[in-house]
Amino acid sequence: MSDQFFIIDFPALIIVSLASLLCALLGSFLVLTKQAVIIDAISHSVLPGIVVGVLLSGSFSILYVMAGALTSALIAVMLVYAFQHWGKIEQGAAIGAVFTAMFAFGVLLLETQVGSRIHLDTQHVLYGALELTYWANPFEWSSMPTQIKTLAVLLIITIIYLIAFFKELRLTTFDPTYAKILGYKTYLFQLALLILIALVAVGCFEATGSILVIALFICPAAAARMLCDRMISQLLLSALIAVLCAVGGYLCSALLPIWLGFDMTVNSASVIALFSGICLIASIIGSPKYGILAK
Amino acid sequence: MDILTNLLTEHYNATIVFMATALLGLSAGLVGCFLVLRKQALISDAVTHATLPGIGIGFILSLQLGLNDGKFLPLLLLCSAATAYLGARSVQYITNNTRLSPDTAIASVMSFFYGLGLLLLSIIQNIDAGNKAGLNSFLLGQVSGLRIDNLILLGAVSLIVVCLVILNFKNLRLLCFDKNYASLLGLKIKATENLLLLLMILVICTGLKTVGLIMIIALLIIPAITARLWTDRSEIMAALAAFFGAISCIGGVYISSALYDLPTGSTIVLFAFSLFTVSLIIRIIRGTNV
Repeated sequence: MSDQFFIIDFPALIIVSLASLLCALLGSFLVLTKQAVIIDAISHSVLPGIVVGVLLSGSFSILYVMAGALTSALIAVMLVYAFQHWGKIEQGAAIGAVFTAMFAFGVLLLETQVGSRIHLDTQHVLYGALELTYWANPFEWSSMPTQIKTLAVLLIITIIYLIAFFKELRLTTFDPTYAKILGYKTYLFQLALLILIALVAVGCFEATGSILVIALFICPAAAARMLCDRMISQLLLSALIAVLCAVGGYLCSALLPIWLGFDMTVNSASVIALFSGICLIASIIGSPKYGILAK
Repeated sequence: MDILTNLLTEHYNATIVFMATALLGLSAGLVGCFLVLRKQALISDAVTHATLPGIGIGFILSLQLGLNDGKFLPLLLLCSAATAYLGARSVQYITNNTRLSPDTAIASVMSFFYGLGLLLLSIIQNIDAGNKAGLNSFLLGQVSGLRIDNLILLGAVSLIVVCLVILNFKNLRLLCFDKNYASLLGLKIKATENLLLLLMILVICTGLKTVGLIMIIALLIIPAITARLWTDRSEIMAALAAFFGAISCIGGVYISSALYDLPTGSTIVLFAFSLFTVSLIIRIIRGTNV
Protein backbone atom coordinates (compact mmCIF):
# COMPACT_ATOMS: atom_id res chain seq x y z
CA MET A 1 0.00 0.00 0.00
CA SER A 2 2.72 2.47 0.96
CA ASP A 3 4.77 1.48 -2.08
CA GLN A 4 1.81 2.15 -4.31
CA PHE A 5 1.33 5.52 -2.65
CA PHE A 6 4.91 6.57 -3.33
CA ILE A 7 4.91 5.39 -6.92
CA ILE A 8 1.51 6.61 -8.09
CA ASP A 9 -0.18 8.99 -5.65
CA PHE A 10 2.88 10.90 -4.45
CA PRO A 11 4.01 12.18 -7.88
CA ALA A 12 0.40 12.94 -8.82
CA LEU A 13 -0.01 14.99 -5.63
CA ILE A 14 3.18 16.94 -6.41
CA ILE A 15 1.96 17.59 -9.94
CA VAL A 16 -1.47 18.87 -8.92
CA SER A 17 0.01 21.03 -6.17
CA LEU A 18 2.53 22.64 -8.52
CA ALA A 19 -0.10 23.08 -11.24
CA SER A 20 -2.61 24.61 -8.85
CA LEU A 21 -0.04 27.07 -7.43
CA LEU A 22 0.93 28.21 -10.92
CA CYS A 23 -2.64 28.53 -12.16
CA ALA A 24 -3.88 30.43 -9.11
CA LEU A 25 -1.02 32.94 -9.11
CA LEU A 26 -1.51 33.84 -12.77
CA GLY A 27 -5.28 33.47 -12.59
CA SER A 28 -5.52 36.29 -10.06
CA PHE A 29 -4.35 38.73 -12.73
CA LEU A 30 -6.97 37.48 -15.18
CA VAL A 31 -9.75 37.81 -12.61
CA LEU A 32 -8.60 41.27 -11.50
CA THR A 33 -8.30 42.62 -15.04
CA LYS A 34 -11.63 41.04 -16.06
CA GLN A 35 -10.04 38.82 -18.69
CA ALA A 36 -10.99 35.43 -17.31
CA VAL A 37 -12.25 34.20 -20.66
CA ILE A 38 -8.72 34.43 -22.06
CA ILE A 39 -7.64 31.26 -20.27
CA ASP A 40 -10.54 29.41 -21.88
CA ALA A 41 -9.52 30.77 -25.28
CA ILE A 42 -5.82 30.00 -24.82
CA SER A 43 -6.33 26.52 -23.47
CA HIS A 44 -8.35 25.64 -26.57
CA SER A 45 -6.23 27.53 -29.09
CA VAL A 46 -2.99 25.78 -28.17
CA LEU A 47 -4.29 22.43 -29.43
CA PRO A 48 -3.10 22.74 -33.07
CA GLY A 49 0.31 23.92 -31.84
CA ILE A 50 0.60 20.91 -29.53
CA VAL A 51 -0.32 18.54 -32.35
CA VAL A 52 2.14 20.15 -34.78
CA GLY A 53 4.83 20.03 -32.08
CA VAL A 54 4.20 16.33 -31.57
CA LEU A 55 4.22 15.70 -35.32
CA LEU A 56 7.50 17.56 -35.85
CA SER A 57 9.36 16.01 -32.95
CA GLY A 58 7.96 12.54 -33.45
CA SER A 59 7.31 12.16 -29.75
CA PHE A 60 5.85 14.11 -26.87
CA SER A 61 8.99 16.21 -26.50
CA ILE A 62 8.17 19.04 -24.14
CA LEU A 63 10.26 21.69 -25.89
CA TYR A 64 8.66 21.14 -29.30
CA VAL A 65 5.21 21.02 -27.75
CA MET A 66 5.82 24.24 -25.79
CA ALA A 67 7.14 26.02 -28.86
CA GLY A 68 4.16 24.87 -30.92
CA ALA A 69 1.67 25.87 -28.26
CA LEU A 70 3.25 29.27 -27.76
CA THR A 71 3.15 29.90 -31.50
CA SER A 72 -0.51 29.04 -31.78
CA ALA A 73 -1.41 31.08 -28.69
CA LEU A 74 0.31 34.12 -30.22
CA ILE A 75 -1.40 33.49 -33.57
CA ALA A 76 -4.74 33.35 -31.72
CA VAL A 77 -4.05 36.66 -29.97
CA MET A 78 -3.08 38.30 -33.25
CA LEU A 79 -6.20 36.97 -34.98
CA VAL A 80 -8.43 38.30 -32.21
CA TYR A 81 -6.75 41.67 -32.49
CA ALA A 82 -7.04 41.65 -36.30
CA PHE A 83 -10.74 40.80 -36.19
CA GLN A 84 -11.41 43.56 -33.68
CA HIS A 85 -9.38 46.07 -35.64
CA TRP A 86 -10.41 45.35 -39.25
CA GLY A 87 -13.75 43.68 -38.77
CA LYS A 88 -14.99 46.00 -35.98
CA ILE A 89 -16.09 42.90 -34.13
CA GLU A 90 -16.67 43.00 -30.41
CA GLN A 91 -13.96 41.31 -28.32
CA GLY A 92 -16.07 38.48 -26.93
CA ALA A 93 -17.31 37.40 -30.34
CA ALA A 94 -13.81 37.65 -31.81
CA ILE A 95 -12.40 35.46 -29.02
CA GLY A 96 -15.21 32.94 -29.47
CA ALA A 97 -14.68 32.71 -33.22
CA VAL A 98 -10.90 32.34 -33.00
CA PHE A 99 -10.64 29.76 -30.24
CA THR A 100 -13.35 27.48 -31.62
CA ALA A 101 -11.84 27.58 -35.11
CA MET A 102 -8.36 26.83 -33.80
CA PHE A 103 -9.66 24.04 -31.63
CA ALA A 104 -11.51 22.60 -34.63
CA PHE A 105 -8.29 22.75 -36.64
CA GLY A 106 -6.44 20.98 -33.82
CA VAL A 107 -9.06 18.23 -33.66
CA LEU A 108 -8.87 17.81 -37.42
CA LEU A 109 -5.08 17.43 -37.27
CA LEU A 110 -5.36 15.10 -34.31
CA GLU A 111 -7.88 12.78 -35.91
CA THR A 112 -6.22 12.65 -39.32
CA GLN A 113 -2.51 12.77 -38.55
CA VAL A 114 -1.47 11.77 -35.11
CA GLY A 115 -3.96 9.15 -34.12
CA SER A 116 -2.39 6.51 -36.28
CA ARG A 117 1.24 6.92 -35.31
CA ILE A 118 1.57 8.47 -31.90
CA HIS A 119 -0.57 8.00 -28.86
CA LEU A 120 -2.20 11.37 -28.30
CA ASP A 121 -5.95 11.31 -28.38
CA THR A 122 -8.47 14.05 -27.85
CA GLN A 123 -9.66 12.62 -24.57
CA HIS A 124 -6.14 12.69 -23.21
CA VAL A 125 -5.94 16.42 -23.94
CA LEU A 126 -9.40 17.18 -22.56
CA TYR A 127 -9.38 15.12 -19.40
CA GLY A 128 -5.69 14.83 -18.70
CA ALA A 129 -3.97 11.68 -17.63
CA LEU A 130 -3.06 12.30 -14.03
CA GLU A 131 -3.67 8.64 -13.26
CA LEU A 132 -1.06 7.55 -15.77
CA THR A 133 1.92 9.31 -14.23
CA TYR A 134 4.19 7.31 -12.01
CA TRP A 135 7.55 7.74 -10.34
CA ALA A 136 9.35 4.43 -10.30
CA ASN A 137 11.53 5.37 -7.34
CA PRO A 138 10.77 8.66 -5.55
CA PHE A 139 14.19 8.65 -3.90
CA GLU A 140 15.93 8.80 -7.24
CA TRP A 141 16.05 12.08 -9.14
CA SER A 142 16.67 10.51 -12.53
CA SER A 143 13.34 8.72 -12.61
CA MET A 144 11.37 11.86 -11.78
CA PRO A 145 8.42 12.34 -14.17
CA THR A 146 9.08 15.09 -16.74
CA GLN A 147 5.83 16.86 -15.82
CA ILE A 148 7.17 17.61 -12.35
CA LYS A 149 10.38 19.07 -13.78
CA THR A 150 8.47 21.21 -16.29
CA LEU A 151 6.04 22.53 -13.70
CA ALA A 152 8.81 23.24 -11.18
CA VAL A 153 10.78 25.27 -13.71
CA LEU A 154 7.63 27.19 -14.70
CA LEU A 155 6.82 27.88 -11.05
CA ILE A 156 10.31 29.27 -10.38
CA ILE A 157 10.08 31.53 -13.46
CA THR A 158 6.62 32.76 -12.46
CA ILE A 159 7.57 33.50 -8.86
CA ILE A 160 10.73 35.38 -9.89
CA TYR A 161 8.66 37.38 -12.38
CA LEU A 162 6.02 38.20 -9.78
CA ILE A 163 8.53 39.27 -7.12
CA ALA A 164 10.69 41.27 -9.51
CA PHE A 165 7.82 43.25 -11.00
CA PHE A 166 5.35 43.21 -8.10
CA LYS A 167 4.91 46.98 -7.91
CA GLU A 168 4.53 47.41 -11.66
CA LEU A 169 2.14 44.50 -11.91
CA ARG A 170 -0.01 45.84 -9.10
CA LEU A 171 -0.24 49.24 -10.71
CA THR A 172 -0.93 48.01 -14.25
CA THR A 173 -3.56 45.62 -12.91
CA PHE A 174 -5.50 47.94 -10.64
CA ASP A 175 -5.08 51.23 -12.47
CA PRO A 176 -3.91 50.80 -16.06
CA THR A 177 -4.69 54.41 -17.03
CA TYR A 178 -2.62 55.86 -14.20
CA ALA A 179 0.16 53.38 -15.01
CA LYS A 180 0.14 54.61 -18.60
CA ILE A 181 0.40 58.22 -17.49
CA LEU A 182 3.36 57.31 -15.29
CA GLY A 183 5.03 55.89 -18.38
CA TYR A 184 4.75 52.17 -17.72
CA LYS A 185 4.52 50.01 -20.80
CA THR A 186 1.29 48.23 -19.88
CA TYR A 187 1.20 46.17 -23.07
CA LEU A 188 4.58 44.62 -22.24
CA PHE A 189 3.25 43.28 -18.96
CA GLN A 190 0.14 42.11 -20.75
CA LEU A 191 2.24 40.26 -23.32
CA ALA A 192 4.52 38.70 -20.68
CA LEU A 193 1.46 37.55 -18.76
CA LEU A 194 -0.02 36.06 -21.94
CA ILE A 195 3.18 34.14 -22.72
CA LEU A 196 3.42 32.83 -19.16
CA ILE A 197 -0.23 31.75 -19.25
CA ALA A 198 0.24 29.92 -22.53
CA LEU A 199 3.31 28.10 -21.21
CA VAL A 200 1.60 27.18 -17.95
CA ALA A 201 -1.54 26.03 -19.75
CA VAL A 202 0.57 23.65 -21.84
CA GLY A 203 2.71 22.57 -18.92
CA CYS A 204 -0.40 21.63 -16.97
CA PHE A 205 -2.17 20.19 -20.00
CA GLU A 206 -0.28 16.97 -20.25
CA ALA A 207 -0.69 16.28 -16.59
CA THR A 208 -4.16 17.54 -15.85
CA GLY A 209 -6.16 18.26 -19.00
CA SER A 210 -7.66 21.49 -20.24
CA ILE A 211 -10.73 21.64 -18.01
CA LEU A 212 -8.78 21.50 -14.77
CA VAL A 213 -6.50 24.26 -16.04
CA ILE A 214 -9.49 26.56 -16.53
CA ALA A 215 -11.00 25.69 -13.16
CA LEU A 216 -7.72 26.24 -11.29
CA PHE A 217 -7.02 29.50 -13.08
CA ILE A 218 -10.36 31.08 -12.32
CA CYS A 219 -12.15 29.53 -9.33
CA PRO A 220 -9.53 29.98 -6.56
CA ALA A 221 -8.68 33.47 -7.80
CA ALA A 222 -12.36 34.42 -7.93
CA ALA A 223 -12.91 32.99 -4.44
CA ALA A 224 -9.99 35.06 -3.14
CA ARG A 225 -11.42 38.10 -4.91
CA MET A 226 -14.62 37.66 -2.90
CA LEU A 227 -12.65 37.55 0.34
CA CYS A 228 -9.99 40.23 0.17
CA ASP A 229 -8.97 43.53 -1.39
CA ARG A 230 -5.19 43.78 -1.33
CA MET A 231 -3.00 42.40 -4.09
CA ILE A 232 -0.65 40.47 -1.84
CA SER A 233 -3.45 38.80 0.11
CA GLN A 234 -5.26 38.06 -3.17
CA LEU A 235 -2.22 36.18 -4.49
CA LEU A 236 -1.48 34.28 -1.28
CA LEU A 237 -5.09 33.38 -0.57
CA SER A 238 -5.80 32.15 -4.10
CA ALA A 239 -2.64 30.02 -4.01
CA LEU A 240 -3.66 28.55 -0.66
CA ILE A 241 -7.20 27.79 -1.82
CA ALA A 242 -5.92 26.22 -5.02
CA VAL A 243 -3.44 23.92 -3.30
CA LEU A 244 -6.03 22.83 -0.72
CA CYS A 245 -8.54 22.07 -3.50
CA ALA A 246 -5.95 20.18 -5.52
CA VAL A 247 -4.72 18.00 -2.67
CA GLY A 248 -8.17 17.49 -1.18
CA GLY A 249 -9.76 16.76 -4.54
CA TYR A 250 -7.08 14.31 -5.55
CA LEU A 251 -7.19 12.41 -2.27
CA CYS A 252 -10.99 12.28 -2.42
CA SER A 253 -11.02 10.90 -5.95
CA ALA A 254 -8.39 8.31 -5.07
CA LEU A 255 -9.70 7.18 -1.70
CA LEU A 256 -13.39 7.93 -1.43
CA PRO A 257 -14.71 5.30 -3.89
CA ILE A 258 -12.70 2.60 -2.11
CA TRP A 259 -13.89 3.70 1.35
CA LEU A 260 -17.47 3.71 0.11
CA GLY A 261 -16.99 0.21 -1.18
CA PHE A 262 -17.18 0.87 -4.91
CA ASP A 263 -14.66 -0.75 -7.15
CA MET A 264 -14.18 2.13 -9.53
CA THR A 265 -11.82 4.91 -10.50
CA VAL A 266 -13.13 8.43 -10.99
CA ASN A 267 -11.42 11.14 -12.98
CA SER A 268 -9.41 13.10 -10.41
CA ALA A 269 -9.07 16.23 -12.56
CA SER A 270 -12.85 16.67 -12.56
CA VAL A 271 -13.08 16.18 -8.78
CA ILE A 272 -10.43 18.88 -8.25
CA ALA A 273 -12.34 21.19 -10.62
CA LEU A 274 -15.50 20.53 -8.59
CA PHE A 275 -13.72 21.25 -5.30
CA SER A 276 -12.47 24.60 -6.54
CA GLY A 277 -15.97 25.42 -7.79
CA ILE A 278 -17.42 24.56 -4.38
CA CYS A 279 -14.84 26.84 -2.72
CA LEU A 280 -16.00 29.67 -4.97
CA ILE A 281 -19.66 29.02 -4.17
CA ALA A 282 -18.85 28.98 -0.44
CA SER A 283 -17.00 32.28 -0.66
CA ILE A 284 -19.75 33.88 -2.76
CA ILE A 285 -22.31 32.93 -0.12
CA GLY A 286 -20.32 33.35 3.06
CA SER A 287 -17.72 36.03 2.48
CA PRO A 288 -17.85 38.28 5.57
CA LYS A 289 -17.52 41.49 3.57
CA TYR A 290 -18.88 40.89 0.06
CA GLY A 291 -20.88 37.68 0.45
CA ILE A 292 -24.58 37.27 -0.23
CA LEU A 293 -25.34 36.61 3.41
CA ALA A 294 -23.42 39.71 4.49
CA LYS A 295 -25.54 41.99 2.30
CA MET B 1 -37.89 16.58 -60.61
CA ASP B 2 -35.70 13.62 -61.45
CA ILE B 3 -33.06 14.82 -59.04
CA LEU B 4 -35.61 15.23 -56.29
CA THR B 5 -37.01 11.72 -56.66
CA ASN B 6 -33.49 10.43 -56.89
CA LEU B 7 -32.58 12.20 -53.67
CA LEU B 8 -35.64 10.97 -51.83
CA THR B 9 -35.33 7.34 -52.85
CA GLU B 10 -31.70 6.45 -53.34
CA HIS B 11 -30.08 8.91 -51.03
CA TYR B 12 -32.85 9.01 -48.48
CA ASN B 13 -30.48 8.86 -45.54
CA ALA B 14 -28.07 11.46 -46.89
CA THR B 15 -30.92 13.83 -47.71
CA ILE B 16 -32.24 13.66 -44.17
CA VAL B 17 -28.76 14.33 -42.80
CA PHE B 18 -28.32 17.36 -45.02
CA MET B 19 -31.75 18.75 -44.21
CA ALA B 20 -31.38 18.32 -40.46
CA THR B 21 -27.91 19.86 -40.29
CA ALA B 22 -28.89 22.69 -42.63
CA LEU B 23 -31.82 23.50 -40.33
CA LEU B 24 -29.46 23.40 -37.36
CA GLY B 25 -27.04 25.81 -39.06
CA LEU B 26 -29.92 28.07 -40.03
CA SER B 27 -31.29 28.30 -36.50
CA ALA B 28 -27.81 28.67 -34.95
CA GLY B 29 -27.07 31.57 -37.30
CA LEU B 30 -30.36 33.27 -36.44
CA VAL B 31 -30.01 32.95 -32.69
CA GLY B 32 -26.29 33.77 -32.77
CA CYS B 33 -27.14 37.05 -34.47
CA PHE B 34 -28.93 38.34 -31.39
CA LEU B 35 -26.24 37.05 -29.03
CA VAL B 36 -23.56 38.88 -31.00
CA LEU B 37 -25.64 42.05 -31.23
CA ARG B 38 -26.19 41.99 -27.46
CA LYS B 39 -22.43 41.47 -26.97
CA GLN B 40 -23.15 38.28 -25.08
CA ALA B 41 -21.57 35.82 -27.47
CA LEU B 42 -19.44 34.16 -24.82
CA ILE B 43 -22.40 33.27 -22.59
CA SER B 44 -22.91 30.47 -25.09
CA ASP B 45 -19.52 29.15 -23.99
CA ALA B 46 -20.69 28.65 -20.41
CA VAL B 47 -24.12 27.34 -21.41
CA THR B 48 -22.65 24.83 -23.84
CA HIS B 49 -20.29 23.37 -21.28
CA ALA B 50 -23.14 23.24 -18.76
CA THR B 51 -24.96 20.68 -20.91
CA LEU B 52 -22.44 17.97 -20.08
CA PRO B 53 -23.71 17.01 -16.59
CA GLY B 54 -27.20 16.84 -18.13
CA ILE B 55 -26.01 14.24 -20.59
CA GLY B 56 -24.59 12.16 -17.76
CA ILE B 57 -27.80 12.48 -15.72
CA GLY B 58 -29.91 11.70 -18.79
CA PHE B 59 -27.87 8.57 -19.48
CA ILE B 60 -28.26 7.30 -15.93
CA LEU B 61 -31.99 8.13 -15.91
CA SER B 62 -32.76 6.41 -19.18
CA LEU B 63 -30.69 3.43 -18.05
CA GLN B 64 -32.83 3.23 -14.90
CA LEU B 65 -36.01 3.50 -16.96
CA GLY B 66 -34.74 0.80 -19.32
CA LEU B 67 -34.86 2.99 -22.40
CA ASN B 68 -32.70 2.23 -25.40
CA ASP B 69 -29.59 1.07 -23.48
CA GLY B 70 -29.27 4.46 -21.84
CA LYS B 71 -29.08 6.49 -25.00
CA PHE B 72 -32.65 7.67 -25.32
CA LEU B 73 -31.99 10.91 -27.17
CA PRO B 74 -35.08 12.95 -26.10
CA LEU B 75 -34.31 12.36 -22.42
CA LEU B 76 -30.61 13.15 -22.91
CA LEU B 77 -31.54 16.42 -24.63
CA LEU B 78 -34.10 17.32 -21.98
CA CYS B 79 -31.66 16.81 -19.10
CA SER B 80 -28.88 18.68 -20.87
CA ALA B 81 -31.28 21.57 -21.51
CA ALA B 82 -32.12 21.63 -17.79
CA THR B 83 -28.49 21.86 -16.64
CA ALA B 84 -27.75 24.36 -19.42
CA TYR B 85 -30.55 26.56 -18.06
CA LEU B 86 -29.10 26.24 -14.57
CA GLY B 87 -25.69 27.26 -15.91
CA ALA B 88 -27.05 30.33 -17.69
CA ARG B 89 -28.96 31.40 -14.58
CA SER B 90 -25.85 30.98 -12.41
CA VAL B 91 -23.84 33.24 -14.74
CA GLN B 92 -26.58 35.88 -14.52
CA TYR B 93 -26.82 35.54 -10.75
CA ILE B 94 -23.08 35.86 -10.14
CA THR B 95 -22.82 38.82 -12.51
CA ASN B 96 -25.72 40.69 -10.92
CA ASN B 97 -25.13 39.93 -7.26
CA THR B 98 -21.40 39.75 -6.63
CA ARG B 99 -18.36 41.88 -7.29
CA LEU B 100 -17.10 39.36 -9.86
CA SER B 101 -17.09 40.41 -13.51
CA PRO B 102 -19.19 38.65 -16.20
CA ASP B 103 -16.19 36.92 -17.75
CA THR B 104 -15.14 35.48 -14.37
CA ALA B 105 -18.71 34.26 -13.90
CA ILE B 106 -18.66 32.62 -17.34
CA ALA B 107 -15.31 30.90 -16.84
CA SER B 108 -16.05 29.64 -13.33
CA VAL B 109 -19.57 28.37 -14.12
CA MET B 110 -18.21 26.66 -17.20
CA SER B 111 -15.41 24.84 -15.41
CA PHE B 112 -17.65 23.83 -12.50
CA PHE B 113 -20.39 22.32 -14.69
CA TYR B 114 -17.93 20.75 -17.07
CA GLY B 115 -16.03 19.20 -14.18
CA LEU B 116 -19.30 17.81 -12.83
CA GLY B 117 -20.13 16.40 -16.26
CA LEU B 118 -16.75 14.73 -16.64
CA LEU B 119 -17.07 13.24 -13.16
CA LEU B 120 -20.47 11.77 -14.05
CA LEU B 121 -19.14 10.41 -17.35
CA SER B 122 -16.16 8.82 -15.61
CA ILE B 123 -18.55 7.18 -13.13
CA ILE B 124 -20.70 5.99 -16.03
CA GLN B 125 -17.64 4.40 -17.63
CA ASN B 126 -17.47 2.21 -14.54
CA ILE B 127 -21.11 1.12 -14.67
CA ASP B 128 -21.36 -2.34 -16.07
CA ALA B 129 -24.46 -1.82 -18.18
CA GLY B 130 -25.84 0.12 -21.07
CA ASN B 131 -24.21 1.13 -24.29
CA LYS B 132 -22.07 4.13 -23.51
CA ALA B 133 -20.01 3.95 -26.69
CA GLY B 134 -21.72 6.95 -28.24
CA LEU B 135 -21.57 9.32 -25.28
CA ASN B 136 -18.24 10.76 -26.31
CA SER B 137 -19.69 11.81 -29.65
CA PHE B 138 -21.31 14.66 -27.73
CA LEU B 139 -17.89 16.20 -27.31
CA LEU B 140 -16.87 16.21 -30.94
CA GLY B 141 -20.08 15.47 -32.79
CA GLN B 142 -20.82 12.69 -35.20
CA VAL B 143 -23.46 12.74 -37.89
CA SER B 144 -22.97 9.20 -39.13
CA GLY B 145 -24.03 7.72 -35.80
CA LEU B 146 -27.46 9.36 -35.94
CA ARG B 147 -30.52 7.34 -36.83
CA ILE B 148 -33.38 8.67 -38.90
CA ASP B 149 -35.75 9.25 -35.98
CA ASN B 150 -33.02 11.21 -34.14
CA LEU B 151 -32.40 13.35 -37.17
CA ILE B 152 -36.09 14.09 -37.53
CA LEU B 153 -36.21 15.16 -33.89
CA LEU B 154 -33.22 17.46 -34.38
CA GLY B 155 -34.75 18.89 -37.56
CA ALA B 156 -38.08 19.49 -35.84
CA VAL B 157 -36.50 21.36 -32.92
CA SER B 158 -34.52 23.53 -35.32
CA LEU B 159 -37.70 24.29 -37.23
CA ILE B 160 -39.40 25.40 -34.00
CA VAL B 161 -36.44 27.71 -33.26
CA VAL B 162 -36.66 29.30 -36.71
CA CYS B 163 -40.41 29.88 -36.36
CA LEU B 164 -40.03 31.39 -32.87
CA VAL B 165 -37.34 33.79 -34.07
CA ILE B 166 -39.41 34.94 -37.04
CA LEU B 167 -42.51 35.44 -34.90
CA ASN B 168 -40.64 37.44 -32.25
CA PHE B 169 -38.18 39.20 -34.51
CA LYS B 170 -39.23 42.74 -33.63
CA ASN B 171 -39.02 42.19 -29.88
CA LEU B 172 -35.64 40.49 -30.09
CA ARG B 173 -34.29 43.31 -32.19
CA LEU B 174 -35.49 45.94 -29.74
CA LEU B 175 -33.86 44.02 -26.91
CA CYS B 176 -30.51 44.15 -28.72
CA PHE B 177 -30.48 47.79 -29.67
CA ASP B 178 -32.29 49.85 -27.12
CA LYS B 179 -33.36 48.23 -23.91
CA ASN B 180 -34.69 51.45 -22.37
CA TYR B 181 -36.73 52.40 -25.41
CA ALA B 182 -38.05 48.86 -25.52
CA SER B 183 -39.28 49.03 -21.95
CA LEU B 184 -40.88 52.41 -22.66
CA LEU B 185 -42.76 50.79 -25.52
CA GLY B 186 -44.10 48.26 -23.05
CA LEU B 187 -41.99 45.34 -24.19
CA LYS B 188 -41.66 42.67 -21.55
CA ILE B 189 -37.87 42.73 -21.29
CA LYS B 190 -37.63 39.79 -18.90
CA ALA B 191 -39.85 37.61 -21.09
CA THR B 192 -37.89 38.45 -24.22
CA GLU B 193 -34.59 37.81 -22.48
CA ASN B 194 -35.90 34.43 -21.36
CA LEU B 195 -37.06 33.67 -24.88
CA LEU B 196 -33.55 34.36 -26.22
CA LEU B 197 -32.09 32.13 -23.51
CA LEU B 198 -34.54 29.36 -24.39
CA LEU B 199 -33.71 29.66 -28.10
CA MET B 200 -29.99 29.47 -27.37
CA ILE B 201 -30.43 26.37 -25.21
CA LEU B 202 -32.58 24.69 -27.88
CA VAL B 203 -29.92 25.31 -30.54
CA ILE B 204 -27.08 24.16 -28.29
CA CYS B 205 -28.79 20.96 -27.23
CA THR B 206 -29.75 19.96 -30.75
CA GLY B 207 -26.32 20.87 -32.03
CA LEU B 208 -24.44 18.85 -29.42
CA LYS B 209 -24.98 15.51 -31.09
CA THR B 210 -24.27 16.77 -34.59
CA VAL B 211 -21.31 19.10 -34.33
CA GLY B 212 -20.18 18.59 -30.75
CA LEU B 213 -19.77 20.67 -27.66
CA ILE B 214 -17.08 23.19 -28.62
CA MET B 215 -18.18 23.45 -32.23
CA ILE B 216 -21.72 24.57 -31.48
CA ILE B 217 -20.27 27.74 -29.90
CA ALA B 218 -18.58 28.42 -33.23
CA LEU B 219 -21.81 27.84 -35.12
CA LEU B 220 -23.57 30.42 -32.95
CA ILE B 221 -20.86 33.06 -33.26
CA ILE B 222 -19.07 32.75 -36.62
CA PRO B 223 -22.02 32.99 -39.09
CA ALA B 224 -23.38 35.96 -37.14
CA ILE B 225 -20.14 37.94 -37.25
CA THR B 226 -19.69 36.99 -40.91
CA ALA B 227 -23.09 38.49 -41.64
CA ARG B 228 -22.17 41.56 -39.59
CA LEU B 229 -19.30 42.21 -42.03
CA TRP B 230 -21.73 42.53 -44.92
CA THR B 231 -24.51 44.66 -43.56
CA ASP B 232 -25.69 47.12 -40.93
CA ARG B 233 -29.36 46.26 -41.06
CA SER B 234 -30.53 43.71 -38.56
CA GLU B 235 -33.05 41.86 -40.72
CA ILE B 236 -30.52 41.42 -43.52
CA MET B 237 -27.92 40.39 -40.98
CA ALA B 238 -30.25 37.75 -39.55
CA ALA B 239 -31.08 36.38 -42.98
CA LEU B 240 -27.42 36.32 -44.00
CA ALA B 241 -26.35 34.68 -40.74
CA ALA B 242 -28.96 31.96 -41.22
CA PHE B 243 -27.74 31.50 -44.79
CA PHE B 244 -24.06 31.27 -43.79
CA GLY B 245 -24.92 28.87 -40.98
CA ALA B 246 -26.86 26.55 -43.27
CA ILE B 247 -24.18 26.68 -46.00
CA SER B 248 -21.43 25.90 -43.46
CA CYS B 249 -23.31 22.86 -42.19
CA ILE B 250 -24.11 21.51 -45.65
CA GLY B 251 -20.58 22.15 -46.89
CA GLY B 252 -18.96 20.72 -43.79
CA VAL B 253 -21.09 17.57 -43.74
CA TYR B 254 -20.51 17.07 -47.46
CA ILE B 255 -16.72 17.45 -47.28
CA SER B 256 -16.36 15.36 -44.15
CA SER B 257 -18.49 12.45 -45.29
CA ALA B 258 -18.28 12.36 -49.06
CA LEU B 259 -14.79 13.53 -49.85
CA TYR B 260 -12.66 12.53 -46.90
CA ASP B 261 -13.29 10.82 -43.64
CA LEU B 262 -12.93 13.87 -41.43
CA PRO B 263 -14.56 14.68 -38.07
CA THR B 264 -17.85 16.38 -38.95
CA GLY B 265 -17.94 19.09 -36.32
CA SER B 266 -14.45 20.38 -37.00
CA THR B 267 -15.05 20.45 -40.75
CA ILE B 268 -18.23 22.46 -40.32
CA VAL B 269 -16.48 24.98 -38.06
CA LEU B 270 -13.52 25.36 -40.39
CA PHE B 271 -15.89 25.83 -43.34
CA ALA B 272 -17.72 28.59 -41.45
CA PHE B 273 -14.40 30.14 -40.44
CA SER B 274 -13.15 30.23 -44.03
CA LEU B 275 -16.39 31.94 -45.09
CA PHE B 276 -15.69 34.53 -42.40
CA THR B 277 -12.06 34.99 -43.45
CA VAL B 278 -13.04 35.47 -47.09
CA SER B 279 -15.69 38.02 -46.09
CA LEU B 280 -13.17 39.88 -43.95
CA ILE B 281 -10.62 39.99 -46.78
CA ILE B 282 -13.26 41.24 -49.22
CA ARG B 283 -14.24 43.91 -46.74
CA ILE B 284 -10.64 45.03 -46.26
CA ILE B 285 -10.05 45.15 -50.03
CA ARG B 286 -13.24 47.09 -50.68
CA GLY B 287 -12.21 49.39 -47.86
CA THR B 288 -15.78 50.33 -47.10
CA ASN B 289 -16.93 51.10 -43.63
CA VAL B 290 -20.11 49.13 -43.53
